[in-house]
Amino acid sequence: MTNVGANDNHSRLDGYVEYVTATIGEQAFGLPIARVQDVFMLEKLTRVPLAPPEIAGVLNLRGRIVTAIDMRERLGLERRRNDESAIAIGIECNGESYGLMIDAIGEVLKLAEDTRESNPANLDKRLASVSAGVHRLEGQLLVVLDVDRVLEIGLNAKAA
Amino acid sequence: MDDLLREFLTETNESLDTIDVELVRFEQDPNNAQILGNIFRLVHTVKGTCGFLGLPRLEALAHAAETLMGKFRDGMPVTADAVTVILESIDRIKEILTDLEATQQEPQGADTDLIGSLERLAFPVAATRADAAAKQAAGTLVRQALERPLRPGEVSLDELERAFRETAVEIEPAFPAKEPDGASAAPASAAKVFRDVDDETGAGKLASQSIRVSVNTLEHLMTMVSELVLARNQLLEIARRDEDTDFKVPLQRLSHVTAELQEGVMKTRMQPIGNAWQKLPRVVRDLAAELGKEIDLQMVGAETELDRQVLDLIRDPLTHMVRNSADHALERPADRRAAGKPETGTIRLSAYHEGGHIIVQIADDGRGLHVEKVKAKAIANGLITEAEAAKMTEAQAQRLIFAPGLSTAQAITSISGRGVGMDVVKTNIDQIGGTIDVKSVLGVGATFTIKIPLTLAIVSALIVEAAGERFAIPQLAVIELVRAQANSDSRIERIKDTPILRLRDKLLPLVDLGRVLELSAGQGSNAASGFIVVMQVGSQKFGVVVDDLFHTEEIVVKPMSSRLRHIGMFSGNTILGDGSVIMIIDPNGIAETIGAASNANELGETEAHSASLEDATQAFLVFRAGSPELKAVPLSLVTRLEEIDCARIEMSNGRHLVQYRGHLMPLVRMNDGVQVRGRGVQPMLVFSDEGRSMGLVVDEIVDIAEDKLTIEIASQTPGVLGSAVIRGKATEIIDVGHFLPQAFEDWFRRKEDTRASAQRVLLVEDSSFFRNMLPPVLQAAGFRVVVAVDGEEALAILKKDREFAAIITDLEMPGMDGLQLAAAIRDDSRTAHIPLLAISSYASPAMLERIRQAGFREFVAKFDRPGLISAVKGLCTELVEAA
Repeated sequence: MTNVGANDNHSRLDGYVEYVTATIGEQAFGLPIARVQDVFMLEKLTRVPLAPPEIAGVLNLRGRIVTAIDMRERLGLERRRNDESAIAIGIECNGESYGLMIDAIGEVLKLAEDTRESNPANLDKRLASVSAGVHRLEGQLLVVLDVDRVLEIGLNAKAA
Repeated sequence: MDDLLREFLTETNESLDTIDVELVRFEQDPNNAQILGNIFRLVHTVKGTCGFLGLPRLEALAHAAETLMGKFRDGMPVTADAVTVILESIDRIKEILTDLEATQQEPQGADTDLIGSLERLAFPVAATRADAAAKQAAGTLVRQALERPLRPGEVSLDELERAFRETAVEIEPAFPAKEPDGASAAPASAAKVFRDVDDETGAGKLASQSIRVSVNTLEHLMTMVSELVLARNQLLEIARRDEDTDFKVPLQRLSHVTAELQEGVMKTRMQPIGNAWQKLPRVVRDLAAELGKEIDLQMVGAETELDRQVLDLIRDPLTHMVRNSADHALERPADRRAAGKPETGTIRLSAYHEGGHIIVQIADDGRGLHVEKVKAKAIANGLITEAEAAKMTEAQAQRLIFAPGLSTAQAITSISGRGVGMDVVKTNIDQIGGTIDVKSVLGVGATFTIKIPLTLAIVSALIVEAAGERFAIPQLAVIELVRAQANSDSRIERIKDTPILRLRDKLLPLVDLGRVLELSAGQGSNAASGFIVVMQVGSQKFGVVVDDLFHTEEIVVKPMSSRLRHIGMFSGNTILGDGSVIMIIDPNGIAETIGAASNANELGETEAHSASLEDATQAFLVFRAGSPELKAVPLSLVTRLEEIDCARIEMSNGRHLVQYRGHLMPLVRMNDGVQVRGRGVQPMLVFSDEGRSMGLVVDEIVDIAEDKLTIEIASQTPGVLGSAVIRGKATEIIDVGHFLPQAFEDWFRRKEDTRASAQRVLLVEDSSFFRNMLPPVLQAAGFRVVVAVDGEEALAILKKDREFAAIITDLEMPGMDGLQLAAAIRDDSRTAHIPLLAISSYASPAMLERIRQAGFREFVAKFDRPGLISAVKGLCTELVEAA
C-alpha cells in the first residue's frame, strides 16, 4: 500500500500528496490531484443501453466523449434522488476520459504520505475494493480512491 | 544513419513489392522489354543503395539477381526456374530487411546457395567451360536459346540497343557508387550519365511532384478536420434555431470550406485498392506452382481509391480469400477438363464505387460451395442442429462458412485450411462496418461480395428515436424506410410474438429497437404502426421498428470507451450538431439478435431448388385458432371438416371426446388459446387413418385458398412448421404430425409394433417441408421411415442398410436428382431389387416416360396422400409376396 497511483509523482512533494476531496453519500474521499483533469457539471447525459449499471452514460465535454460513472452505484450506496446538477471529477485512463459523479466537491488537502493508513479490516467490501488507504482527519476518515480500480468496470464483469 | 536507414527500408520494401508484381507479369510476357527495364532498374537501385549504406550481404544478393536479369535483357530465354530463383532472392532480401529493421544490423550469414544458383543460371556457358565434364547438351541448349531471341530481338532493335547502352552505363557507376559520396560528388562523366538515366526513368520526376508525409501527420490532420466538422455542425445547429442572424452568410462559407477541406484531407488518405492487391499475383503464381494448377488472376478496377486505413484492414482478408479460391475452389486441370471447363481456372478480383461504398468482388469459376457438406460440418461442430439445417435456405447455408470454426477443406494444406477461416475474414470486415456475402452455384463457381465504406472516419448516419433516446444508424446498412400504419397495406403483423412486415408480398422479420436495447419494458409497442428502417447485413434483410425518424447527418465515428465496448449493439459513438453524444448502432449486432430469435431469412432470394415447389400451387385450409392470426394446413392432409353440436362433446378422463361415426373421437385443442365451446357448434378439422380419427379443435374455419407454398420463416414453436404468405397474408403453417400423437399416444408406434421390418421405407427428399410432412403420413400408414436429404445421403444409407421395403424419392433435388439416384440404385446388384417410387410436384408425359425408363415402379404427385399410401402399400405387398 505504498503507491497511490502510477502518475502521482508530481503531487508527492517531500513526502506529501495533494488530494482533491469529494463527498459521495456521507463519506469523504480523496483523489490524488495528479490524476484529476478537471471538475465539471454534468449536462446532457446520454444513457447507454445495455451498459453496466455503474455507467450513468456518456456526454460531450469540449468535444471529447466522456464516460460518466455513477460513484454511488459503484460503491453500492443508495441511488441519488435525481440527476440534476451532478458534479463530476474528470480523470483520464489510457487515453480515455471518465467523469466520476460525486455529490459535492471539497477543498484540496495536502497530506503526509506516512500518515496514510491501510484499510481498516471492517471497511465495507465495495469501498475497500477501490480504496488505497485512509487518512484520519479531524472528525472523519478520508478514503483515498484508487482511480484505476474504480474504473475496473465492465471489463471483468463481462468476461465472467 | 537512422533516418537514412529508415528511408532506405521504406523505399526498398516498396520497390520489392513492385518487383514481385512485375516479375510475375514478366514471366507471362517475356518479350516485354519495358517490364524488364522496370525490374532491372528497381533491382539496380536496391543494389546501389545497399552498397552506399554498407550492406554487403544485400548488395551481393541483389547484384547476383541483377546479373541474371541483365542476361534476360541480353536475350537469354526467360524460364520459370529462373524467375523462381529470382523471386526467392527477393524473399531473402525481404527477410534480411526485416532483420535489419529490427536490429539495425545486417544479419549474419551468407547467401551462397542463392547466389550460386543465380550465377549458374546467368552463366551456363561459363559453367560448362569451367567444368570439363559438363554435358554438351547444356551448351547446345544455351546456343539454341541464344539463337531464338535473335528473331524478336531483331524486330525491336531499338529497344535492345537502348538496353545495351543502359547496361554499359549502369555497370560502370555501380563501382563508384560503392564509395560514399562517389555517386554525388565524383565528377566522372559516367556517374553523371547514370544520374541522368535515373532521372529520365521516372524516380526523379516523381520526386518533384510528390513529397513523403508521415502517416501520423495525415492522421492528425484528419482528426482535426473531424473536429472541425463537428464544430461546424454545432454552429449550423445554433444558426438553425436563430432565423435572422448575421452569422448565416459567413457560416455558409465556413460550411463550404469545411466540406472542401474534409474532401481534400480525405483525398490525401486515399490510395488505389491495387495497393492491397499488389502481392496477389505473386501469391497466386506460387500457389499455382505448388498445387499444379493453372490460374489466371484477373484484376479489374485496381485504380479504385479508398481510405488507407480501410485499405490496411482489408488487405489481409482479401489475400486470405484469394488464397482460399486458388487452393480450395479451383479444381486441378484434369478435374476441370472432366467437368467441361477450361483447364485454366480464373479468379477475378474487381472493385468499383457504389454510393459511398466500395464493392470488392472475388469471383472464381471453381467447384462452388457444397451446401450439404457445409451443413454437415456445421452440425458436426454443433453450430446448428439438424432441424435448423433442414430448414435453412441455400443462401443461409452458404453463409454458414462465415461461422467460426468452419472450414470445409478436407485436407489441411500449407496454403490455407489452418483453422483460420472465413470467420476471421468476416470479423475483419465487420470491424470496418462492411458486409460480406457469398453466392455460389455448385460446380460453377463462387462470388464473394464485400461492401465497405470509403472511409471510417466520417460516415453518413440516419438519426432515429426509440424509447425516448436517439441513435444513429449507419446509412450503409439502410435500404429503405417504411411507414407502417394500421389499416394499410404496410402494417405490422404478428405471428406469435414475432412482429413481421409484409413488404411487397415478402415477409420481413422486425425487431423493436427499444426492446432490443432493453429500453422499453417487456411488452413494448404492440401497435401496428411505426417507422421501419429496412436494413440489410449480407443478404439478410430485416426491419428495425423505431418511434421516430430524424435527418441524416455526417457523423465522425469515435471509438467507444473500453468499458462499453463489449456491448455488441453499438459500433461507436459520436457528437451531434446539438452537442449531445449519440450511440451508433451496429447493424451486425442487430442482425445477430434476429438470427437468434427467428432463424432470419432473406427477401428477394428464394431457395434455388424450391422452384418446383413454387411453381405448383396447392390447396390450403385456412383457419383461426386461439389468436386472430391466420393458420393453414395443406388440404390434402385433412380428412374432413366438421361442425359438431357442442351438446355432443363429452368429457372423459380429463379429455374432450365426441362420438363420431360409431367411434369415440378424441378432440385436441390447437393451442391453449382455443376454448372448447359450451354451446352452439364447434368447428374442427378431422384427421382419420385406418378407422381412427382425431378432431383438431379450432375457432373458425376461414377459407380454402390455392397458393404456392414457400415457408418464409421457419418456426421454433412445436406444432408450427413456419410462416408463409398465403393469398397475400402472413400465415402459420401447421405441423399435423405434432397433434396426432396427442390424440392417440401410440398413433405412430402402434403400427410399427405390429408390422415386420419389411415395412421400412427410405424417403429421399430435399425439401424440408415435405421431409416434415411426409413421414407422419407414412408413419400413420404403418411404415417406419428413414429420411435422407439428398441422393448422396441415400446412397450412403443404402451402403450400410438395405432392409427397405421401398425407396421413395423426390425427382427434383440439387446435385444428384431422382433419376440419377434411381440409376445408381439399379446399378448396384444389392439394391436393384428394392422397388422405387417417384414423387414430384409435376410431371409431363415425356417426363413420366423417363421416370419409367429409370426403373421407377410408380409415380405419385406430392400432395396425393391416399395415392402415395396405396402405392407404397402396393409395392410392399408385392415384395412380401415375392419373398
